[in-house]
Formats: sequence, structure tokens, C-alpha cells
Amino acid sequence: MTTLADKPHLSRQHMLDLLKHMIRIRRFEDKCAELYTQEKIRGFLHLYDGEEAVAVGIIPVLDKRDRVVATYREHGHALVRGVPMATTLAEMLGKQEGCSRGRGGSMHLFDRATNFYGGNAIVGGGLPLSVGLALADHMRRADIVTACFFGEGAVAEGEFHESLNLAALWGLPVLFVCENNLYAMGTALAISESETDIQRKASCYQISAEAVDGMDVVAVEAAARRAIHAIRETGKPRFLECRTYRLRAHSMFDAQLYRDKGEVESWRQRDPITRFRSWLETNHMVHSDELTHIEEEVAAEIAAAVAFAEAGTWEPVEELARFTYEDRTFEDRGVQ
Amino acid sequence: MSRRRTAPKEAAAPAAAELTYRDAIREAIRDAMRRDERVFLMGEDVGRYGGCYAVSKGLLAEFGPERIRDTPLSESGFTGAGIGAAMAGMRPIVELMTVNFSLLALDQILNTAATVRHMSGNQFGVPLVIRMATGAGRQLAAQHSHSLEGWYAHIPGIKVLAPATLEDARGMLWTALQDPDPVLIFENVMLYNMTGKLAADAGPVEIDKAAVRRAGRDVTLITYGGSLWKTLEAATALAAESIDAEVIDLRSLRPLDDATVMASVSKTRRAVIVDEGWRSGSLSAEIGMRIVEQAFWELDAPIGRVCSEEVPIPYPRHLENAAIPQVPKIVAAAKSALGRA
Repeated sequence: MTTLADKPHLSRQHMLDLLKHMIRIRRFEDKCAELYTQEKIRGFLHLYDGEEAVAVGIIPVLDKRDRVVATYREHGHALVRGVPMATTLAEMLGKQEGCSRGRGGSMHLFDRATNFYGGNAIVGGGLPLSVGLALADHMRRADIVTACFFGEGAVAEGEFHESLNLAALWGLPVLFVCENNLYAMGTALAISESETDIQRKASCYQISAEAVDGMDVVAVEAAARRAIHAIRETGKPRFLECRTYRLRAHSMFDAQLYRDKGEVESWRQRDPITRFRSWLETNHMVHSDELTHIEEEVAAEIAAAVAFAEAGTWEPVEELARFTYEDRTFEDRGVQ
Repeated sequence: MSRRRTAPKEAAAPAAAELTYRDAIREAIRDAMRRDERVFLMGEDVGRYGGCYAVSKGLLAEFGPERIRDTPLSESGFTGAGIGAAMAGMRPIVELMTVNFSLLALDQILNTAATVRHMSGNQFGVPLVIRMATGAGRQLAAQHSHSLEGWYAHIPGIKVLAPATLEDARGMLWTALQDPDPVLIFENVMLYNMTGKLAADAGPVEIDKAAVRRAGRDVTLITYGGSLWKTLEAATALAAESIDAEVIDLRSLRPLDDATVMASVSKTRRAVIVDEGWRSGSLSAEIGMRIVEQAFWELDAPIGRVCSEEVPIPYPRHLENAAIPQVPKIVAAAKSALGRA
């Protein structure tokens, strides 16, 4: 683990918050998997199991005014960012009370209130978007950082290279976060990239980069603080590669033929939640009743979210075409 | 602009100025940039080079490199950046050199710009304008000459415009920038040098209606963009043979103004569609089918079409000319609709 000396401002309460964020995501997604087997969540469901330390280490470092662009594996990011669990789950059930009105589902969580720009299911597609959000802020001299999350699979896309070049060329305040979980669906990094040290690619675009243990929430947070501080100071982009691992299948349809159980098991030993909790316990920074309390709080929140989502309603079919274009004849849901 | 005449002092009304289609678009961009500081132009060679079709020539000196923003050859990257900037409250104009190159940005246009409002439950919109050149006629061969605007007209969530006149070249941009959704503007390459007079106070025009450019009784010729002028020329030739053609300029390819088309077809009872796109699976097919659906019983003859031949546009002039709609083909199709050889 990163030592506390690296993080002089980390209070015990902050540690507990980090732990709770991660447990909240893990338990929520366990429930999602259950709801999927019950066929209440349909379509694709991509779980973040094992990667929680990335979103939890980075997103709380952002300010409310900052922006987040995420991928189709974004439940964790949405929850940490403050998208309510109830509307997140309602979205995954396709209910109109969902954060995207039920239109997007698991892969397309959007939330204007928290500057959460999706939920992008085209690999690499969110990178140009983040460049544009940051370009608008740059042109208005606004002190806003856009954090753009993507997997290592996106690195093979042209949009990755175009976006890093544009952000560096124009000096835009983007934090590029590569969640390197070693597999693009079932294709291992080593058989898809000639250069597997991903953070090195950023240096080709004159972007300062850092690789960090993505299974260590404290290390991720420390790196995020450095990067975000630098972006605010310079206005220029930064690149953070978080080396992590997806402990579950790519989606619920994945038989995981491309990796052996031993590999998964060895990574499970580095589970970011177990590891952080053990470290807190070893250092007497958490009491067992506090852990119990966190679990109880999370369980209650999940139960309430399930109740909210299940009680949600289906958007009337008559509204199918609504919002294909702006439609001022319907009530406004907060569009700018 | 150098070509612009100053109004005579004795004239009360603003005088008409002689200018090109290119000048009219430039004036529209300049006007928008002056009126709204959120507007900026971004694309390949729009600044120092002056635009590959010289549309933005001189704008860099007036507005500076922040707002007349040269981009690398990264169509997907900078189109996506335009989408993001629009979502964050700016009003970008993205210029893509040609519709052929726009395919490199199709992911961003189709999967993001066109989907975000619906997919986000109306939380985010993309008030972005994308301009690009389209069409054949400059001997630029098979990777610079196609007319793919009909493909874009297939996509819900975006609007597609095809200005054919100086008034529309001058007036559509501002209206498009006021639109809360993405608008694509297709400029036919053969129109950039077209000259004409435009009132000095010419301004924004509405963008959701077709226009009857020539009234007639005998046959409706439906077209847009660069083919409008060939179609009007064909109508003149037809008049010499006592055939009175009505010419409709669609102006907007999505949404289509069905009402104007059906009113005309119901009057003339005959329709020919002239479209520089390929025939198969085309915009012309869509228009023809709408006429069948909505005005079948008004028709006195099968609907005719003049489209591009189903080949990649070739380089030699004679083959290029043969590949795209020309006046004699339009005349022949109109006469055929009237049962005249």
C-alpha cells in the first residue's frame, strides 16, 4: 500500500469514505447481477468488479463544476459522482424514472446535475467528446477539468490518438484515465498492442503521464490529486494509466474462454476492497462495528433503490419519438 | 468584401450586391461570429490556408486563431470535439472538407451527435453545425466527388440542409446555429463560384420548408443543391416545347417538406426527382415512396428519377459528366412522364 506519508491530508474519515464508496459499488453491482439473472435488467451488463479503486480514487478529487465522461462500464463512476443509486438502478431497469429516462439503460447513464456525460458504448467515442467539453471551458477561461475514462481497448482506436493530440496541441484541461484491465473484451493487451506500456503513448503527444496500481485506492487518489492539481495549474492535459483487473466476465454473455481461472484467482488476491479493508484493520483505522455500519447503510440504500426502480413506470409508447429533437411542447427536464 | 458594392447614397433600400455563393457563406459565418461570441469555426485548413474552397478566406485575420481554428487531419477527433463543445454551451461550426472525408467522422455524427438527446432523456443536446462540400463536377475522381447527403438524411436526430441559392447560402447558417440540435449543411462544389445579387440586408431564412423555384402546371421536378440549376435549365428547355414544369427546391433533406411536394404533385399529377446521389436506396427513392404513400391517386404517370449512375465518380470529364444528372436527361425524364418521346 501507499504509505500515509504520501497522503498527509488523509483523515480516518476519508479512508472510511473511500472504503464505503467501493463497497457501495460492489454490493450494488452484486444486486445488479442478481436482477440480471431475474431478467429484470436486460441487454448488456458490464460490471466493474475489481476496478472500483479507479473511479473511487479519482472522481471524489474532482469538484462539482468538473465534468465526467465514462464508458459502458460506468455504474461505479455514476455512483461515486453522485448520480443517485435509485435513478441509476431505475435506468438499468428501463424505467422512465431512470437517470436517462430509461432510454439508455446500463450503458448510457447520463446526469446533467452532476455533469455526467455518459455512458458511451462506442469504444474510444468518449475521448473526442471530452476534448470538446474541455475546449469549451478553455475558450471561456473556465477553471473546469474534464475527466475522461476509457479502457485500454480504446488505445487501439484512432480517436484515442486524435484526442490526445488535440488536447495537447490546444492545451486543454482533460484528465485522460486509462482503466487498463488487460482485456478488450476477450483480447489480451499483448495480442492487440505493439507497445503494451500504455502510459508511454501519452508522451508521444507531449502529455505528462503516470502509471499507478489501480487496485490500490490510496495510490490512485494520490496520483489523481497530482494530475488534477497539475491540470488546474497549467491548463494542460494529463494522462493516468490505472493498472487494474476485471474480476468478472466482460458482460453477462461472456464465457471467459480467453483467460484461465488461476489468473483471475491471483488477481482476486489483490481485490481493492479486501486489500484496503485489511490494511485499515491492520493499522487499527477501522473498527468492526464501523464496517458493519457501512454494510448496513449500503444494504439499506440498495434495498431502497430496488424498491424505487421496481415501482418505476414504463414510458408510454406514445412518447417513443419524444426528444429525438428538442420538443418544447413537453415539460422541460432541465435542458440548457 | 471586395466584390461587394457600396449602396448608392440616393437609394433608400439597401442595394443588391454582386457576390458569389462562396462569399455568401463567408458573410454568413462572419455575421454569426460577430453576433454570438459562442460561435467559432473549426476544421482542416480553415485558417491560414483560407479554407480548401476559400470559404473562410480572411476570417482568421478578423477573428484570430482561437475562433478560426485550424485542426489536424482528425475528422473524428475534431467533429467529436465540436459535439463536446456544443454540449458545453458553445455554438461551433465544424467544416469537413468534403462529404467523402466526413465518413471518418460518421461515428461521432451518428453515434453521438444524433443520439445524445434521445438517449439521455433530453438532458443534453448538441447545438452543432457541420458544413461540408458535396458533389461532382471538378474532376476530383472517386474519393472527393460523391453526394452522400442522402445517407445523412437517413439519420433521426440530425437535420440536413442543402442551400442552392445565394439567399440560402447566406441565410441558412444563422438559423441552423439557433437550432438546439445538430444541423448538417451541404454545399455543392459547383455552386461556390456562382455569382448573383444578394440584398445587402439579406439575413436568416427558415430552414424547414421547400421552395417552389419555378411554378408550372404539367410536371413537378423535385431537386436540391447543385442540381437545382440544371433542373431550372431543363424547365426552360421544356417550356420551348410547351411543357410547363414546376421546380421544387427541397432545401431541407431532413426533415422533408412533404406538404409542398404533395401540393405540387397533386396539381401537376406527374413527378420527376433529380438527385445527384446514387439511385439505389436513395433520397430519391424515399421521396418517390412518400409520393406513392401520400398522393398515389393524384398521379397520372409513373414517377421518374434522374440520379447518378451507379459507379464511383470517374476522373475524365466526359465520364464524370455522364455519371451525374445533366439537363438532357432531366428533359427526357420529364417528357417521358408526359408520355412524350
